Amino acid sequence: MNLKPTTLTQIDEVITHYPTKRSATLPLLHLIQEDVGYIPEGAIEWIATKLELEPINVYEVVTFYPMFRQKPIGRRHIKVCRTLSCALLGGYKTCEQFEKEFNTHRGEVSPDGEVTVDFVECLASCGTAPVVLIDDDLHEKVDCAKAKQLSAQIKAEAKKR
Amino acid sequence: MAAPTQRRIIFQHIDEPGYSNDLACYVRHGGYDVLKKAVTRPPAELIDEVKKSGLRGRGGAGFPCGVKWGLVDRKSGKPIYLIVNADESEPGTFKDRYIMHQDPHQLIEGTMISCFANNVKQAYIYIRGEMPHGARILEKAIAEARAAGFVGKNILGTTYSCDIFVHRGAGAYICGEETGLIESLEGKRANPRIKPPYFPAVLGLYQCPTIVNNVETLCHVKHIVEFGGDAFTKIGTPNNTGTRIFCVSGHVQRPGYYEFEAGKITMGQLLHEVCGGPLPGRTFKAVIPGGSSAKILRFGERFKGKRKVGAEMVDYDWGVEDVPMDFDSLGMIGTMGGSGGVIVMDDTVNMVEALANINAFYSHESCGQCTPCREGSLWMKKITTRMVHGQARSEDAALLKSVADQIPGRTICAFGEACSWPTQSFIAKFGDEFKHYPETKKTAKPAGAPELV
Ligand SMILES: Cc1cc2nc3c(=O)[nH]c(=O)nc-3n(C[C@H](O)[C@H](O)[C@H](O)COP(=O)(O)O)c2cc1C
Ligand code: SF4
Ligand code: FES
Repeated sequence: MNLKPTTLTQIDEVITHYPTKRSATLPLLHLIQEDVGYIPEGAIEWIATKLELEPINVYEVVTFYPMFRQKPIGRRHIKVCRTLSCALLGGYKTCEQFEKEFNTHRGEVSPDGEVTVDFVECLASCGTAPVVLIDDDLHEKVDCAKAKQLSAQIKAEAKKR
Repeated sequence: MAAPTQRRIIFQHIDEPGYSNDLACYVRHGGYDVLKKAVTRPPAELIDEVKKSGLRGRGGAGFPCGVKWGLVDRKSGKPIYLIVNADESEPGTFKDRYIMHQDPHQLIEGTMISCFANNVKQAYIYIRGEMPHGARILEKAIAEARAAGFVGKNILGTTYSCDIFVHRGAGAYICGEETGLIESLEGKRANPRIKPPYFPAVLGLYQCPTIVNNVETLCHVKHIVEFGGDAFTKIGTPNNTGTRIFCVSGHVQRPGYYEFEAGKITMGQLLHEVCGGPLPGRTFKAVIPGGSSAKILRFGERFKGKRKVGAEMVDYDWGVEDVPMDFDSLGMIGTMGGSGGVIVMDDTVNMVEALANINAFYSHESCGQCTPCREGSLWMKKITTRMVHGQARSEDAALLKSVADQIPGRTICAFGEACSWPTQSFIAKFGDEFKHYPETKKTAKPAGAPELV
């Protein structure tokens, strides 16, 4: 596991926020996932050593929290809210639109490697339903037309690379 | 009767043009003046103000904040922690998000006043993982406040020191439950703890006394200390003091957040006047008044009984539209004000399908410790999903009810109640729709009916 020097600095800093090292488990997992893109092999042992824990203590955390993933995903992560308020205003259609745009299915990496589309539960923005979180950014009132437009943007950015 | 006007206290600056989330803007608007005064007063006096104010928690249960603070074990000699519950994940709820993104210093000021009042030396803000920008905004705001002497060592030149750190969750709803949250903050799976003995006020974070309060609750504390506890009780109605932020979503013309004095507005005024009524050509069918765990209300049903008004008992005979939006009135009609998340469904919605959507949520989010909750939520999901996508049977309603009835009261945390109430109330209120679903399925859906599962 090759972490960026800034990640390592952040890791050492965040451990000081807590009276027990174990509390830094989630922050370390976040930092590693942000750096590498997922929780790579070896990360669990690495964190366990760093925080003086057994690997199982870290492993059970990784498998409990939906945001942590042990496999790489597409370059962009499209999370469509599935829960009631969004579904009432067409969230399922929005998700299908993204799947169609990238020729993929929920939970899979698209064939071009560009995106992973997922359903997630309520994103606490139900008043602007349906909502979609693309990486760190929340997009509101994403009907099918807006889903197409966002997909086009992602594809255009991919072409530029 | 015309709806009252909004009374924006917590959301005073939300969406205000030109208002930014940095310290300079906050201070320009009088920010941290209340903290400055607070640190010159005896902490016990501040706790008294909160007790007098009658403030009830805005995270869901409506538990009196002053009483909660009164339960904190102050004799153990252990440090006291305060945790800001910023997990905001009850479906239908979206208020804390705007406070944290647009007015983070209001939360920090309320938190620091609460910490000073309770002799807390370390606070954590537990923010849900899906708000990465929110976490960064809070971190930046805390750093600004620290540099200005409002947070950290020797606050405002006093001998009092207290720091705040931001801790991010990772996508699990159960982290909103206070003891699950504490486990998560300790670096573990968010498996809630059993009470007794693990009351946070006595055995909370690191087995130390701990206060867990919702974001909005702590913002209210700032205003209580500013106005005085007695003056605060003049806002709202007796036993439902202050304002409430209603988060309205689903099938209305103008969904969004609206802040009113608690108990001064009825459901009908909120949905028809404030939110513009149903979508064109539709009628309201059902509403969940306090986040998805709250029991559903059916438009057309009536609630009768006696209630206390001042010193007298008076009869009430309410339709859904007539119910005042406060903890006690909603409690009286068998549901709850909860987190303020009002989810509206119109006549295009099939109740079996809506319940299937909700059941999928709870099944996904059960932490899995208690068999009745883990298995029950899964079976309720399986049954309702099968009804929609596979074969539906008229006896499924009774089956669903029997599963739901076996959960509450048999679990470690209140998720057991939260996951069974939707099924119980949907079947109680819309039983016929469940019984007739096998036939309904064969007919065409109403135009514009959403796919829900
Ligand atoms: C399943 C479950 C989920 C909860 N989710 C939240 C939440 O997302 N945010 C919140 O503030 N409180 C939530 N609560 C309530 C907390 O357990 C706790 O009562 C609250 O944070 C106390 O703060 P308050 O007294 O200021 O309301 C939840 C409770 C349960 C049982
Ligand atoms: S009731 Fe459900 S969520 Fe709560 S502890 Fe038990 S299994 Fe976990
Ligand atoms: S239901 Fe989608 S954000 Fe709440």
